[in-house]
Amino acid sequence: MNQEELNNRLSEIKDKLINIEQTKDSRIFLLCEAENSFAVSKFLFEDLALRFMIATGIDSEDCFEILYHFSNDGTGCVVTVKAFIRDRENPSIESITPFIPAAEWIEREIYDILGIEIKNHPNMRRLILADDWPEGVYPLRKDFKR
Amino acid sequence: MKESVNKPILAVGPFHPLQEEMEYFQLTVDGEIVTDIDVRISYNHRGIERLSETLQYDQIPFLVSRICGICSASHPLAYINAVEEIAGITPPDRALYVRTIINELERIHSHLLWVGLGGHFIGYDTVFMWAWKYREPVLDLLEAITGNRNNYGNVKVGGCREDIPNELIPKILKELDLVEKKTDMLTKAILDDPVLHVRLKGVGTLSKEDAISYAVTGPTARGSGIAIDVRHDDPYAAYADLDWKVITQTEGDVFAKAVVRLLEIFESIKMVRQALKKLPDGPIAVEVKEIPPGEGFGRAEAPRGETFHYIRSDGGNRPVRHKVRAPSYVNVPSFKASCIGQHIADVTLTLAAVDPCYSCTERLAVVDGRKNVVHDYDALLRLSREKTARIKKEIGVPEIKLEDF
Repeated sequence: MNQEELNNRLSEIKDKLINIEQTKDSRIFLLCEAENSFAVSKFLFEDLALRFMIATGIDSEDCFEILYHFSNDGTGCVVTVKAFIRDRENPSIESITPFIPAAEWIEREIYDILGIEIKNHPNMRRLILADDWPEGVYPLRKDFKR
Repeated sequence: MKESVNKPILAVGPFHPLQEEMEYFQLTVDGEIVTDIDVRISYNHRGIERLSETLQYDQIPFLVSRICGICSASHPLAYINAVEEIAGITPPDRALYVRTIINELERIHSHLLWVGLGGHFIGYDTVFMWAWKYREPVLDLLEAITGNRNNYGNVKVGGCREDIPNELIPKILKELDLVEKKTDMLTKAILDDPVLHVRLKGVGTLSKEDAISYAVTGPTARGSGIAIDVRHDDPYAAYADLDWKVITQTEGDVFAKAVVRLLEIFESIKMVRQALKKLPDGPIAVEVKEIPPGEGFGRAEAPRGETFHYIRSDGGNRPVRHKVRAPSYVNVPSFKASCIGQHIADVTLTLAAVDPCYSCTERLAVVDGRKNVVHDYDALLRLSREKTARIKKEIGVPEIKLEDF
């Protein structure tokens, strides 16, 4: 899929997005609310057949962000779904593992280190923190004190 | 009723003779056949992403090069690519070529290392000895260029720290000829060996569909017929200027992955030769003032696959978020597809076939605190031979000369 086709196909999901940002030709950001990230990721993975690279969880000042990075290997373009989780008290997002098995570990990791509940994850257990790590302490949150 | 039947469980790890790192694989078995696998990692979690947020941009390359000793050129390069993307920095051409050369030398030694380990895992230690012997001169070249056999610490934002001296180029070319000759011999010996065909073909097969759904990268993907390679798809450093091809195999078994790695060694040798020939003159770094706010991605094709770094900057001198994804993070979960249905005896080899990353930084040198190295390689070799001869004499082993064979 060349860049032009990719841009055209991406406009099909415009109604699910807040905005499309493009920092340069090969870097596209799709900004959306958390409840739409499942549908957007599914569209990128299944309809556009982009390769799932990884997700990044970030504790921003007023919300949590989860960035799902997809790669269009034909052009070297990275398409990133930037999902905003506004509820800081009970942050949660829908799991994408049911249709992308490759996301299983990273969603467990995001739960581990940021405390974001991943809804409908098929195998939600700790991935990287020790078994005796205290509940409710999330090391990658900005308010975490060592 | 069926649920209550206890299924036998076999543990591979956390410390297993064939797994150098701490990884735990829990195999559910039915007779000799593996019916399920559960992977547990993070026995050695070091919190590098968090640590990185406390360091300045210039300090981070040294941290990320220590994520893995073998990938100690590709992690910093992926990080640098991300930072340079945010700041819009274009390093001088010579720096891009130096980065390419170091990364390809890294790939050569890493693939030779894997070939050796692969041989060792199936009890074919001749391959192990050969491959590791031919790997040594490559490490020596890296030491000559950067000062270190691993953890080169040679890239920085805006360029490189150390240049490749032009006087060194003839030596590199000479050693590459030798490595190519030996690897050629090794490759032919492996590809022609009927025993290896029987042992490795059809073992641990990862189908193309599974490779896509588990999103594997590197030789693991290319062995399953997916022609992805960051060097080709999203070129960085000087890869766009070089003439080479992406190696793929369609079978997806352990043999296919071995073939991909062996043939990639020749492509890498080709690339280093071209890069040395085209090496432009000029400076190796530009001055970098500050990193503006923004976010950027850096990708690099490590020996094991795509290394991905994400950086977010708020305009300060430290990143606010630094995400690292090493290739094994997506390659290891594919065991769920490649190990189930296999015999137990094939599983450790299948696990090894994606070349899970481990650290290999130790070396042998006896150092006097105040003087320089007192025993170099030759001296240690001589000492070792003298000791063996002495022990043989003591226990009365008859003297055997090499000519006797």
